[in-house]
Amino acid sequence: MIAIIDYKAGNLASVERAVRKLGYPCKVTNKAEDIKNAERIIFPGVGAAGQAMADLKALGLDNLIREAFLGGKPILGICLGTQIIFEYSEENDTTCMGLVPGQVRLFPQPLMEGDTRLKIPHMGWNGMKIVRPHPVFSGVEAGSEFYFVHSYYPVPADDSYIAGLTGYGLEFASAVAYKNLVALQCHPEKSGWVGLKVLDSFCRWDGYAQ
Amino acid sequence: MLSKRIIPCLDVRAGRTTKGIKFKDNIDIGDPVEMARYYYEEGTDEIVFYDITASSDKRDIMIDVVRRVAEEIFIPFSVGGGIRTVEDMRAVLLAGAEKVSVNTAAVQNPKIVSEGAKAFGSQCIVLGMDVKKVGESAKIPSGYEMVIHGGRTYMGIDALWWAKEAENLGAGEICLNSIDADGTQEGYELTLTRLISEAVNIPVIASGGAGKPEHLYDVLTKGKADAALIASMVHYGYYRIKDIKSYLSEKGVKVRLNW
Repeated sequence: MIAIIDYKAGNLASVERAVRKLGYPCKVTNKAEDIKNAERIIFPGVGAAGQAMADLKALGLDNLIREAFLGGKPILGICLGTQIIFEYSEENDTTCMGLVPGQVRLFPQPLMEGDTRLKIPHMGWNGMKIVRPHPVFSGVEAGSEFYFVHSYYPVPADDSYIAGLTGYGLEFASAVAYKNLVALQCHPEKSGWVGLKVLDSFCRWDGYAQ
Repeated sequence: MLSKRIIPCLDVRAGRTTKGIKFKDNIDIGDPVEMARYYYEEGTDEIVFYDITASSDKRDIMIDVVRRVAEEIFIPFSVGGGIRTVEDMRAVLLAGAEKVSVNTAAVQNPKIVSEGAKAFGSQCIVLGMDVKKVGESAKIPSGYEMVIHGGRTYMGIDALWWAKEAENLGAGEICLNSIDADGTQEGYELTLTRLISEAVNIPVIASGGAGKPEHLYDVLTKGKADAALIASMVHYGYYRIKDIKSYLSEKGVKVRLNW
């Protein structure tokens, strides 16, 4: 069973629907027993980092996810879920879970592409260039696009954690792969066929990078 | 770099789409779920559903449509029409829509924009604007006025002012419909679209007047729109989304070509 972590952060049903469509049993849950028994974990989220961390701690979920990570369970972060696995987020000046060394920063203003001022949030379809081979991203063709909605972006402490890059005024790590964890800034559950493909690959992944 | 979005709009009345489609053999013409799936497979970037059901006691039918669409397509879609309260918004979002759009209710009660943004996040809240060209005056400095009831009622509100105000209230996106261009299939209102796009820092979807791919090119370049809404030109099978995208791509507009 795949546990989709429920910590009041946005509507998790779209992730659940996508995983079910792919044919994997899953459960939206915040129960310790479910998370301990799950074979893998999806950690989604929409909202703000400060409130999300407060809710996670109040529910005791930060420690459960950390245990699962240290125990080698495959974990997939999505959007806000991706941001709060880092050490720190500029959003609400938040100390985050620290599973992956690095930070989360606000897009600088004005954000320019040539002489065009870019709008924030970064919302819509954008490319993700896979920069190192990883089982979760196998079969993602060059030029594939994913759906993004965010104003903050991950900055891993070491470039070797970066699995995918996206350009929006600056180039940022839109996909991170670190040990048994993969984290996406985009929404695979809203990214059409290629997004479902990435979710499917995660649902089959054994947690080893190669 | 973000791709420009191509977005078909489906009008739904009591659970059925109001514009027929000619394109494919095995599609239940008029079923919004089937149409959504067709456009999803054709590579649309998003879909807008507009509920034009007159009576409010049939709203549950739309919620059921939203739920069934969410089971079938895995791209963002928005739902508008008849959304008057935060509870209306919640029902649509919980049923699986990514975004909800408010139009008349927002003009009459701007607080619904800020309340919606606070409850669900700005990225969920689309401000729908119906706009008519009226000429510049002291009351309407931009020359574009907000209208409701399909253009029959003038609100005395300047469209440019309202777009900026709605951004301040927390709208995450604007769907800008020119009542003058709507239904003509003779091209979008480029001056209006550019005026609003350059004035706000949230994405603008241009609506009204699309008849051929050149119109989309114009509004996405000269009109500075982030996305283009289309209806008849694809519903009646004159064009296919992938052909529109190929055309735009050849002309140098970045669109999503792999799906």
